Amino acid sequence: MSAGRVLDRVLSHDPPRSRWLVLLLLLIVVGLAVAPFAFPGAKALSVAAKLLVFILLVASFDLLLGYTGIVSFAHTMFYGIGAYGVAIASTRMGPGWTAVLLGTLAALAVSLVLSLVIGLFSLRVKAIFYAMITLAVATAFQTLASQLSDFTGGEDGLTFKGPEWLQPSFEPFDGPILGLDIDGRIFTYYLLFVAVLLLFLALLRIVNSPFGRVLQAIRENDFRAEAIGFRTVVYRTWSNVLSALFACLAGALLALWLRYVGPDTTLSFEIMLDILLIVVIGGMGTMYGAVVGAALFVLAQNYLQDLLKLGAEALQGVPVLPQFVSPDRWLLWLGVLFVLSVYHFPTGVVGRLRARAVQLLQRAA
Amino acid sequence: MNPTELRAALPRAAFDWKPLALLAAVMLLAVPAIGSGSTWVTLTVAGLAMGFIVFVIASGLTLVFGLMDVLNFGHGVFIALGAFMATSVMGGLAGFSAQGGWQSLVVVFAAMLVAMAVAGALGWAFERVIVRPVYGLHLKQILITMGGMIVGEEIIKVIWGPLQIALPLPDILRGAYLVGDAAIEKYRLLASAIGAVVFIVLAWTLARTKIGLLIRAGVQDREMVESLGYRIRRLFVGVFVAGSALAGLGGVMWALYQQSVSAQIGAQVNVLLFIVIIIGGLGSTLGCFIGALLVGLMANYTGYLAPKVALFSNIGLMIAVLLWRPQGLYPVTNR
Amino acid sequence: MNPAPLLQLRGVHTHIGAYHILHGVDLVVPEGEVTTLLGRNGAGKTTTLRTIMGLWRASQGDLQFRGQSLQPLTTPDIAALGIAYVPENMGIFSDLTVKENMLLAARAARHADAIDRDRLQWIFGLFPALQKFWLYPAGKLSGGQKQMLAVARAICEPRDLILIDEPSKGLAPSIIQNLITALRELKRQRTTILLVEQNFMMAKALGDTVAVMDDGRVVHSGAMAELAADDHLQQRLLGLSLGAHQ
Repeated sequence: MSAGRVLDRVLSHDPPRSRWLVLLLLLIVVGLAVAPFAFPGAKALSVAAKLLVFILLVASFDLLLGYTGIVSFAHTMFYGIGAYGVAIASTRMGPGWTAVLLGTLAALAVSLVLSLVIGLFSLRVKAIFYAMITLAVATAFQTLASQLSDFTGGEDGLTFKGPEWLQPSFEPFDGPILGLDIDGRIFTYYLLFVAVLLLFLALLRIVNSPFGRVLQAIRENDFRAEAIGFRTVVYRTWSNVLSALFACLAGALLALWLRYVGPDTTLSFEIMLDILLIVVIGGMGTMYGAVVGAALFVLAQNYLQDLLKLGAEALQGVPVLPQFVSPDRWLLWLGVLFVLSVYHFPTGVVGRLRARAVQLLQRAA
Repeated sequence: MNPTELRAALPRAAFDWKPLALLAAVMLLAVPAIGSGSTWVTLTVAGLAMGFIVFVIASGLTLVFGLMDVLNFGHGVFIALGAFMATSVMGGLAGFSAQGGWQSLVVVFAAMLVAMAVAGALGWAFERVIVRPVYGLHLKQILITMGGMIVGEEIIKVIWGPLQIALPLPDILRGAYLVGDAAIEKYRLLASAIGAVVFIVLAWTLARTKIGLLIRAGVQDREMVESLGYRIRRLFVGVFVAGSALAGLGGVMWALYQQSVSAQIGAQVNVLLFIVIIIGGLGSTLGCFIGALLVGLMANYTGYLAPKVALFSNIGLMIAVLLWRPQGLYPVTNR
Repeated sequence: MNPAPLLQLRGVHTHIGAYHILHGVDLVVPEGEVTTLLGRNGAGKTTTLRTIMGLWRASQGDLQFRGQSLQPLTTPDIAALGIAYVPENMGIFSDLTVKENMLLAARAARHADAIDRDRLQWIFGLFPALQKFWLYPAGKLSGGQKQMLAVARAICEPRDLILIDEPSKGLAPSIIQNLITALRELKRQRTTILLVEQNFMMAKALGDTVAVMDDGRVVHSGAMAELAADDHLQQRLLGLSLGAHQ
């Protein structure tokens, strides 16, 4: 079998379908793969790890929003459950793979049950109801996490140690390899990389399966889908559950990386907004949108502020304007970009690139 | 047959009193739970005041949704704007207000009026620029109104700075009246009075004017109202502006209740609003009113009885009500 | 045709989303007469009415009311020209009382007392139940009473054209007879009516002109008397004959 055919199967017959997109994706994947070697420094690695986790988190949200057409504000809740699962287990049972495994499994179980309950209870009602109910539930959960300080460390959160191989102090090699001192952090990073890669491909497989196609049919016209014979409630609930499980895993990975979990690291509404921004700007219902969008977002979040600072300095002395380009107000510009995206780029960056590719093809034909 | 004869001859519809009974029941059940009569009075007044304020804010939201099927996830920005405008007005007129007595009251009312005007104006702009292009598209509405709120809050931070601003009550509104052992805070009485006035005006407009009739009909079947020859779109803009103005008023009231203002004020109250309008029934003003009072009372009662549970009292209340009436206390029958 | 056409449709196409429902409808509604629009389910009758009313936009073609094009107008503007619409689902506001429903229909009136007293009396004469349930929530009326309210709303003030969509649907024969009597009364007053009906008996009792639709087109139009007399034509167009459908 040729390399192309293998790749096609790995991508579940859902290739990028645009040269620019392929280029972007390659850039991102390769960049992430060699990040520890190519971009030395703690900050760069941190950004790369965060990007990995966000890709998974947003891709799982795309399953719900982009493919099934459901807006849920409870996504960060499952993210948090995964993170807290690992954190609590490691704190209570002592650091190690058993703790991580058990913590993750427990978190998955809790996510499963919660997403099932929320799904079955709310998916029978209008979408607007569902959105509001998930918002209320997520807020309650966030408060719960701050309140149960015995269990969750309250406002301060939990700091814990990972398994031996993942600890920064773990240095198996005597000298640097390819110019890099290999330690537990690097192992953690590659664990994240492999996990996210596999889970992303799994998501791609799910949305391109018959199940995924039914989801899209439901998104387009749920009456019709119901009339044809699909029990939309069942499919929607499954989509809700799967999305929650993947978000939970993203949380577990985040916990392994940060070795700290608090109410703000995963449960804050800001993160929910970030997810929304990314999925809309990247492109809803494409999966690849999560990758491209997350990359744009994370880079913007970390480096846009520096850019804005330059702008603010340039505008010094001008009344009012400097406030608009103050680096603290980067969210303002992202918000504007978001609103513009919803209007003018409803298909996001990926959608646009694909549309261009189709246009070029048609012109060539 | 003259109108009097008409009125006399015919059966009237029975009024659904059950949700009101629920409200009364909650208030009564709290008495033995709390034990002390005076504490009950204090808590009830506090709860009602909070409820009235939330009602003022939420009333616009539920009408806008009921009438035009638009859910404004950005309603919080009007609350924040109102609150911040109040800080500017009250800060600007601090000298006049410091003279005490009625002068400080005038300043408070001036702040409320200005907040309503500015919030209403922003509401008009919001409807034109952000909401109008996405009528009927629920998904986009949720996203865009959220986006609008983010941008709005950031702009507020640009104008007023990102930090919390204190908004102290003028002396005349501080303190409490003592009725026996019970302390009834003066400001809470004022807030309740304002809230009650808003409710009465809204209820009267809806029940007795033709515009109110149009709104009630439009909530049920927008197309039919248009087919009868009414430009309901214009009416909608009016309702949206009124709702935003009320949110601004509510923002001032809330800020005075908390005695501080922060840009997150909108997002904080957002969740509460959604719970209230779900409980009340989307599109029903009376439902929103009772829902708001219930939420205010529950928050205060549980805050006293079981503080850890207090934060979930709202969600618990919502679930309980939805189990009883899945469409809310006063479901609005849509075509 | 001798009477001037009040409403004229030429080559009207309507798309709903991806579905092409009307494939070039040509229809003439003469003034002062009752025009019945017949046809099977899915032929496009309701879509035609909704397109006239502006609830769905015609993608192509021409709609003229008294020589004025309806194309660029919004629904409220079309209604303001003097066109009343009684939809298939009646469009009754169930939470509002009968009185409030009527008040809404009386555009000129600010409150119920301002509704033309004589006209109201006349309507009560046609539909006594409405007087009886004046203060009752409209949602509690029976199906037949709701239909009467829907028609009453359309005639609350004088209108130039009344569009009625399948008023007899789901109603008992005695109620249908009531409706026919009421509509005959309107007809006597030379009100122009475009009536969509599947009940051929009702159509025959009221219609002066008839148009038959199939697959989004008008496939036959002419005098009702002609169609009523011609069993073969009925069979071909409607798959029934008068004798069978009584």
